[in-house]
Amino acid sequence: MVNGEYLDIYKQMVLIRHLEEKAAELYQAGKVGGFLHLYIGEEAVSTGILAAREERDHVITAYRDHGVAVNAGIPVNQIVAELMGKATGISKGRGGSMHMADITRNFWGGHAIVGAHIPIATGLALADKMEKRDAVTICMFGEGATNIGFFHEGVNMAMVWKLPVLWICENNQYGMGTSPERASAVSNIIQKACGYGMPAYDVDGMDVLAVRDIVAARLQEIREGSGPQFVEARTYRFKGHSMGDPERYRSKDEVKKYVENGPIDRFRKFLIQKEGVQEKRLDEIDEEAAQEIMEAVEFADNSPEPADEDLFRNIYVEE
Amino acid sequence: MAIITMREAISQAIWEEMERDEKVFIMGEEVGVWGGTYAVTKGFLDHFGEERVRDTPIAESAIVGSAIGAALNGLRPIAELMTINFAFVAMDQIVNQAAKLHYMFGGQMVLPLVIRAPSGGGRQLGATHSQTPDVIFAHFPGLKVVAPGTPADAKGLLKSAIRSDDPILFIENATLYQMRGEVPEGEYTIPIGKSTVQRVGKDVTIVTYSKMVKYCLDAAEQLAKDGIEVEIVDLRSLRPLDMGPVITSFKKTNRAVIVEESWLSYGIGAEVSTRIYEEAFDYVDTPIQRVAQKEVPLPYNRHLEQLALPQIADIIQAVKEVLR
Ligand SMILES: Cc1ncc(C[n+]2csc(CCOP(=O)(O)OP(=O)(O)O)c2C)c(N)n1
Repeated sequence: MVNGEYLDIYKQMVLIRHLEEKAAELYQAGKVGGFLHLYIGEEAVSTGILAAREERDHVITAYRDHGVAVNAGIPVNQIVAELMGKATGISKGRGGSMHMADITRNFWGGHAIVGAHIPIATGLALADKMEKRDAVTICMFGEGATNIGFFHEGVNMAMVWKLPVLWICENNQYGMGTSPERASAVSNIIQKACGYGMPAYDVDGMDVLAVRDIVAARLQEIREGSGPQFVEARTYRFKGHSMGDPERYRSKDEVKKYVENGPIDRFRKFLIQKEGVQEKRLDEIDEEAAQEIMEAVEFADNSPEPADEDLFRNIYVEE
Repeated sequence: MAIITMREAISQAIWEEMERDEKVFIMGEEVGVWGGTYAVTKGFLDHFGEERVRDTPIAESAIVGSAIGAALNGLRPIAELMTINFAFVAMDQIVNQAAKLHYMFGGQMVLPLVIRAPSGGGRQLGATHSQTPDVIFAHFPGLKVVAPGTPADAKGLLKSAIRSDDPILFIENATLYQMRGEVPEGEYTIPIGKSTVQRVGKDVTIVTYSKMVKYCLDAAEQLAKDGIEVEIVDLRSLRPLDMGPVITSFKKTNRAVIVEESWLSYGIGAEVSTRIYEEAFDYVDTPIQRVAQKEVPLPYNRHLEQLALPQIADIIQAVKEVLR
């Protein structure tokens, strides 16, 4: 019997991959504007994390947010519509690529100021603790974000108050063009968490099940009252930081090395070789995902632009 | 005169000053290996080396703070903020430190510091990345705020800023980097704190700065076809604010429109129009008009964003309004 959860995980990863490839195309065609940060190569991280969370757990991340958006369960129609700035987008066309959120799914966004969402995660967890709710806040950020004050202030405070937060550093090895070796006093990021006295682990972020398992274990302990914990997931960004990155900071060979052993290929191999899944079954899933994205583009293409009056809506709750 | 882009003008100014004075150095996110997010420092790392072209961690507060320290201790740093939106992360260092230290310690401390930051909206970057908060920084005595609207001014003013012993926020508009304009050959500087007339006219005075200079020049071309001659005064520096050319022009035209990219409330228009009323009330023929951004955080959607931003048509309409 094929493990259904595994096929689901596979589906999520390829759905993200197809979404991102299409997003790049739409950007080239001028249908997506602004900044576009692709998640290609990092699919195992958010997919593994979200596979382990309970629906009541909060998730918050940075601007490289399409993966989490998919994994959190936002319909791809609304994701693509947001990319295209349509009224039917998850943020009504106001946020764009960097600002997707769906609070009905406890996904608190996509945030574009590096590290700014980290103290906000502290606050989400504070409210849960004060209200005695059994939820953990999962806060994701890049390794580059661990160099900004927000990180140190937010993580320290959460530790002082023993809040239910799981910090996840997605180390894709570059913050724009800067590697941690050139920007962080310790390139082993978990040392920073150790500095604040919390349990810290690293995991191969290209292995979706390893990510899922370590996150599940950490969430369990946090629920039991351990206070904050920290996971560094080592991964790699296959594409430029955003569109139009000259990529002078890394060699083609380096990229190739990671691409050849990418997270989707690895999981696919595992499913075929260890789980006995038919290749054909995986191809079908792949095809389904591609189809969903095609339909989402059609949906977004046919969706209306926001009305002019919308410009002034939601500035305040009370007008 | 050579015709070059704003990007080249800014780049040349930094390059020439780094060649002239070895105490000048540049630091910021991606200024080195990447060559600058807006390619302003392309080629700098190879030429000047990593001591003087310093890639920093993502740490705006420490970028500005350490630049202040280095300036106090004898160097002449240029701190680059990737965009002015990230200046809020460094707000204490800019406002409570850079703007205060010289005065608060009785003039002992001197900080020859330039903070460069691209500003402006219109690129669908969403609410946090599209602001034009220039005027906020001009609120603080002790800090100078310079914001050129042409390549020639950018080069001359930036060279002066680097040579100045005061802390200066040098604001570049991110959509102007490709703008071309005539720039004098060879060595030249433009004094900081002097407004200038960018177009001569007799009917209406437009006061503006930075990106909106170009918008106003375009509006003026169109208005000229209807026989309306506007005079455009470019402030170039928001603090100090040089009202001289504004008042001279206003006494001639008796009508004014103030144009800025940012929000209307508490803006440049409020300040400049009040000063006109204070200094030239007897010359006022009609209420001064202001053109500015609608009072909303900027949305991502292209159409809505443009709806919120001031347009050339808004300027033309305001000019016609003061002529009614
Ligand atoms: C406060 C702030 N400074 C700078 C930036 C510009 N910027 C956007 S992403 C980025 C790199 C972040 O790297 P990392 O945290 O490792 O995340 P990654 O992009 O690799 O996912 C920078 C410098 C920003 N958005 N906010």
